[in-house]
Amino acid sequence: MATIAFLLNGAPHQCEVSPNTSILTLLREHLALTGTKEGCASGDCGACTVAIGEQNADTHTFTSANACITPAHQLQGRHLVTIEGLAKEGRLHPAQEAMIECHGSQCGFCTPGIVMSLFTLHNDLTQRPAPLTPERLEAALGGNLCRCTGYRPIRDAALRMNDMPYERPQWQDAALSTSENDAEITDPTAKTPFFAQPLSLAALTRLRQEAPQARLVAGGTDLWLESTQRLASLDQLIDVSRVAELLTVEATTFEGQPGWWIGAGVTYTQLEPLFEEHFPAFAHLLHRLGSQQIRNRGTLGGNIANASPIGDTPPVLLALGARVELASVKGSRCLALENFFLDYKQTAMAADEVVSRIFIPQAIERSQLRVWKLSKRREDDISAVLGAFSYRIEQGVLHDVRIAFGGMAATPKRAQAAEATLEGSAITADAFRAAQRSLDEDFQPMSDVRGSQHYRQQAAKNLFERLYLSLSAPDREVMLHAYAH
Amino acid sequence: MRTLTKLDGDSSRARRDLHDHIQGSGPLARHTVDSTGRRQAGSSSFHESAKKHVTGKAAYIDDLVLPADVLHVALGLSPIAHGTLTQLDLSRVKEAPGVVDVITFHEVPGHTDIGPVFPGDPIFVDQEISYAGQCLFAVAATSLQAARRAVKLAAVSIDEQPASLDPVAATEREEFVRPTHVQTRGNWQQALDQAEQIIEGELFVGGQEHFYLEGQACVVHPTEDEGVIVHTSNQHPSETQKLVAEVLDIPFHAVTVEVRRMGGGFGGKETQASPWACIAAFIARRTGKTVRLRLPRSEDMRATGKRHPFHNRYRLAIDSKGVLQGGEITVIGDCGYSPDLSDAIVDRAMFHADNAYSLGEAQVTGHRAKTHTASNTAFRGFGGPQGMMIIEAAMDDIARKIGEDPLTIRKRNFYRDGREVTHYGQQVDQRQLLHTLVETLESDSEYWARRKAVSDFNATSPVIKKGLALTPVKFGISFTAQHLNQAGALLHVYTDGSVMINHGGTEMGQGLHTKICQVVARELGLDLDKVRITATRTDKVPNTSPTAASSGADLNGMAARDAAGKLRERLFDFAAEHFTEGLDREGMRLEDGMLVAGIGESERRVPWGELVQTAYINRVSLSEKGFYATPLIHYDRSIGQGRPFYYYAFGAAVAEVSVDTLSGEYLVDRVDILHDVGDSLNPAIDIGQVEGGFIQGMGWLTSEELKWNDKGALVSDGPATYKIPTYGDLPPTFNVALLEGHPNSMASLYRSKAVGEPPFMLGISVWSALRDALSSLTNYTDSPHLDTPATPERVMLAANAIREKAL
Ligand SMILES: Cc1cc2nc3c(=O)[nH]c(=O)nc-3n(C[C@H](O)[C@H](O)[C@H](O)COP(=O)(O)OP(=O)(O)OC[C@H]3O[C@@H](n4cnc5c(N)ncnc54)[C@H](O)[C@@H]3O)c2cc1C
Ligand code: FES
Ligand code: FES
Repeated sequence: MATIAFLLNGAPHQCEVSPNTSILTLLREHLALTGTKEGCASGDCGACTVAIGEQNADTHTFTSANACITPAHQLQGRHLVTIEGLAKEGRLHPAQEAMIECHGSQCGFCTPGIVMSLFTLHNDLTQRPAPLTPERLEAALGGNLCRCTGYRPIRDAALRMNDMPYERPQWQDAALSTSENDAEITDPTAKTPFFAQPLSLAALTRLRQEAPQARLVAGGTDLWLESTQRLASLDQLIDVSRVAELLTVEATTFEGQPGWWIGAGVTYTQLEPLFEEHFPAFAHLLHRLGSQQIRNRGTLGGNIANASPIGDTPPVLLALGARVELASVKGSRCLALENFFLDYKQTAMAADEVVSRIFIPQAIERSQLRVWKLSKRREDDISAVLGAFSYRIEQGVLHDVRIAFGGMAATPKRAQAAEATLEGSAITADAFRAAQRSLDEDFQPMSDVRGSQHYRQQAAKNLFERLYLSLSAPDREVMLHAYAH
Repeated sequence: MRTLTKLDGDSSRARRDLHDHIQGSGPLARHTVDSTGRRQAGSSSFHESAKKHVTGKAAYIDDLVLPADVLHVALGLSPIAHGTLTQLDLSRVKEAPGVVDVITFHEVPGHTDIGPVFPGDPIFVDQEISYAGQCLFAVAATSLQAARRAVKLAAVSIDEQPASLDPVAATEREEFVRPTHVQTRGNWQQALDQAEQIIEGELFVGGQEHFYLEGQACVVHPTEDEGVIVHTSNQHPSETQKLVAEVLDIPFHAVTVEVRRMGGGFGGKETQASPWACIAAFIARRTGKTVRLRLPRSEDMRATGKRHPFHNRYRLAIDSKGVLQGGEITVIGDCGYSPDLSDAIVDRAMFHADNAYSLGEAQVTGHRAKTHTASNTAFRGFGGPQGMMIIEAAMDDIARKIGEDPLTIRKRNFYRDGREVTHYGQQVDQRQLLHTLVETLESDSEYWARRKAVSDFNATSPVIKKGLALTPVKFGISFTAQHLNQAGALLHVYTDGSVMINHGGTEMGQGLHTKICQVVARELGLDLDKVRITATRTDKVPNTSPTAASSGADLNGMAARDAAGKLRERLFDFAAEHFTEGLDREGMRLEDGMLVAGIGESERRVPWGELVQTAYINRVSLSEKGFYATPLIHYDRSIGQGRPFYYYAFGAAVAEVSVDTLSGEYLVDRVDILHDVGDSLNPAIDIGQVEGGFIQGMGWLTSEELKWNDKGALVSDGPATYKIPTYGDLPPTFNVALLEGHPNSMASLYRSKAVGEPPFMLGISVWSALRDALSSLTNYTDSPHLDTPATPERVMLAANAIREKAL
């Protein structure tokens, strides 16, 4: 047990909970705040959505999170806002009022989560006034399932709330407790539970060496499913999400290549602006990676370290020629990402290492990146197949072709045979047909719940046709924009 | 004719403001939502719990405050689909930390079979295991975590046998949960023999997980007189009362079941909420402790039944214009391992195998195949949607064969004068409405202009193909089990004039309680806030029917109206006698919170509060119960003919889609709906049902894919792998309107119509539009096969098949 101190709906709060406790369990079981609902305990439904505030100049910035898979200990020094906190002195928040007026609830079970997503959207809109585009609405609401309404009244409520008079109440920006942990483990070999929150890479790697049996947690969006779905007890945890060196994005040159070092603990939401500017296709993929709640918490480092064959960013990073830096008390080393993934969920990371940073080289002139994610549902779904294509066209000829796929093998993997077929060839139907054929050498995918082997292989091949069509007849529509970039 | 009511103010302003960004948000034509003033039946009152929903104060089962020593239950489920349980060693489970009690089949004192209509659903496995997810044992512990961890310590041995998972093969082997039923009208064989053309086809229609956001849950308190109080998320409290009593071997009156609200039901809590209540009640009685049982999502998905998957076939005779002459349709419902409600569900699929079209001389056969999966159960539409799919598939197929637009073929086949009797012998009343409704929608949605635009687009677009389809719905309203068409209500007026209404229906988000309050307010001439509804309880209104078959408001609203009407008449009698100045009994009415008698000069008013006070002092009962039984309906199953439905509800939808034929990905670009609810009881709630039903129906046919492995274990057992529509699936342009000016021709509640289920089937338009887009690849000469759900995988493979054929 360890104490956590945070603001709860504007009031300071302290409590003791085991490391394995999620925010949802803390709320429902320990604090008897049952307004926040459990619909799945796996981050997929959004019924448990809460807002987590961080200091940003004079105010707090709130982001939505799935309470069911967020460790309660990560509330340390933060502001937790729940559905119970929104209405003060009998006055409803515009999100609540708009939901009533637009008939936005039927059974009402999804409603607290939806209201919380609207609350963070409302906050965001007041802090960063910008048009409420369909994309922004979709991002804000895509992580909240509603089985009753069909969402139209919820869309109306999102639109209407912005017309309502609103004055930001003081409680939203109450003083945060500044106490941070930089926990030392007194006896890391002991079976005693701990939740360590190192603030520096040095502290992190030391902890990692002292307690290699402990699990690392960043956003928890993967790890916590082990607790809620497989009932693992995660009672020794090292939190990487406060490690200063892991939270930076640095534009620099590495091995002669200009690019960016991205800290492993940087979240998808934080990455968005950089990618929007430099890798629009990657940014578009981010919009389809998980939900807003997941993107607010999930990290690039977590996606890589998790080494899932259907993780979304690894194929893109492979196509871009990314490097991964591993750090330990002994220092750090750098690997090409393809050398990091060894086999199904097996990586080159040693027991005392952590993923510290990822290097993404800047796109060179005339190079292009296409990223295509195929899934059953457009929003918040895991890929059945993901194809990332990076290449440069010079005088009608393809160069520096790097193609990688997710969902096609035990690891995210480059399509080397197909790459070789296309490298140096002109943009012709024949060349692409040959590349399609070589895909059979590259991959023998599996059948599973997300797609059959036949579909995967065929869909991957069809992406080559899509690429060919988009290159040979760029004016024609060959894909649906909401899906593809 | 229909009057177009205007968009409500704020929404249209929001639309204007965002005109550049959002296309056509909000319905084309919808009732003004009157959020001020008096709200009675017919107006758009807010959901009675809306404020509680948005503040987190609405309590669901798992939110109830419980005593500190409450026990939490976790279940041991079979990992194997078919076999014999040879060993169940629970010694380590019993010793696990926090465990208080462990129960199996052998401990149950009373009935062990809790089949709702027919036997076949053991509360726990005795020996034979019939599906993966079937309950083997239950553990009660001091925390849910402790209970769930203890479950993992069980030593289970099963002699595994091959699982039967294919309903078609099961049908060939005549492995049924119930006998086959046949409906025949006319000489269908001759119709086929003499046909100008015969067209045939088959279709697999996938099942559907309910995915109510609140999973199965209950809390049971033991009572002092050997009984129990059961709080449950449940559509059928009376049946749960019965089953709990039978399992515990105690009289029904010792069991009280209470349902305040559900976080969604959709049919999934009609029969399948009972087992958990029985288990929890049993543990509560054994231990004397309050017991809480909530299924974690993946266990909920594995343990409970779903919408039935169906395999359907048709062989139909048509004339040269594509008009149906007769033929045969066979539907095979995959019932899972036990009968549950499958008899009535497959019947309803058969009743809807015609949808809006006269089949001519036809025979419809329905098989109830037995497989080793969870027992499939009620789900919005109750088999109707699966039945409709085959005739909608046939309509598209006929159109391609004849070379005409599918809408033309559909309209040509509509029930009409001279072709007005269904294959089960019921005359389709209000059949003209179907024509009116579809013609209105056809022109409002600019179907033909868009048809041309779609064809033009497709002619020049190599990969992206657009599709357009209009599909109608005709849905029969009534329980097909006649005895269920009854309802009761209990009305109390207190001496301050406040009113409490209770009835047998349950609230699952459909707005039933709101509508019932509106009915009472209207009957008593009161403001809605004078009327409060309380939790549905078996000790208030007994022997109730499930809240199902869209009948909640039809039945319970009538019962509430009956109660209020009787009380009102009693008050009139009293007032006429009591008030010495002599109020005229004739023409007495209750309005605006007053008793009003006489007109003009002689009009007299007595405030409601004074009226009830005076009645009380004069010893007039201020409590009343109401009852209703639907008239006219009957069905003779031995001959497959009758009038099973009191009336039909109609609707139609136009969907436009864009399909990427290389990846199978698609977008639903625009949907227009016109739906018939008679005279609406609450337009906002009804529109909510139409929209929600449509999106749920669309999900069923598009992204919601149930998958089992070849051993029969469900692998799509959570929202990570089972994808219901999300916000982004809401069509950017979604115009929804209620047909106005066409009251129900039957004497239903204020001439309204049921609205829970019918709109679900409007989702078929999306599937048909996808086929339309695929058909463009053949220049509309062929009707591509497209089983459901039409996932991107299925769409891509269908497109690829067409391409390969063309090569
Ligand atoms: C609802 C939902 C939707 C999702 N959708 C997608 C999707 O569309 N695409 C996709 O790719 N993923 C998806 N995910 C998976 C997940 O969100 C991502 O993989 C995410 O990037 C994980 O990051 P995290 O910070 O949350 O990792 P965590 O869960 O904290 O950690 C994941 C693993 O990595 C390890 N780890 C974390 N950080 C480090 C580090 N710095 N060094 C070494 N090891 C480390 C942890 O020990 C753990 O084993 C989804 C998850 C959920 C719950
Ligand atoms: S409970 Fe479903 S996302 Fe948390
Ligand atoms: S209102 Fe029921 S799930 Fe959204």
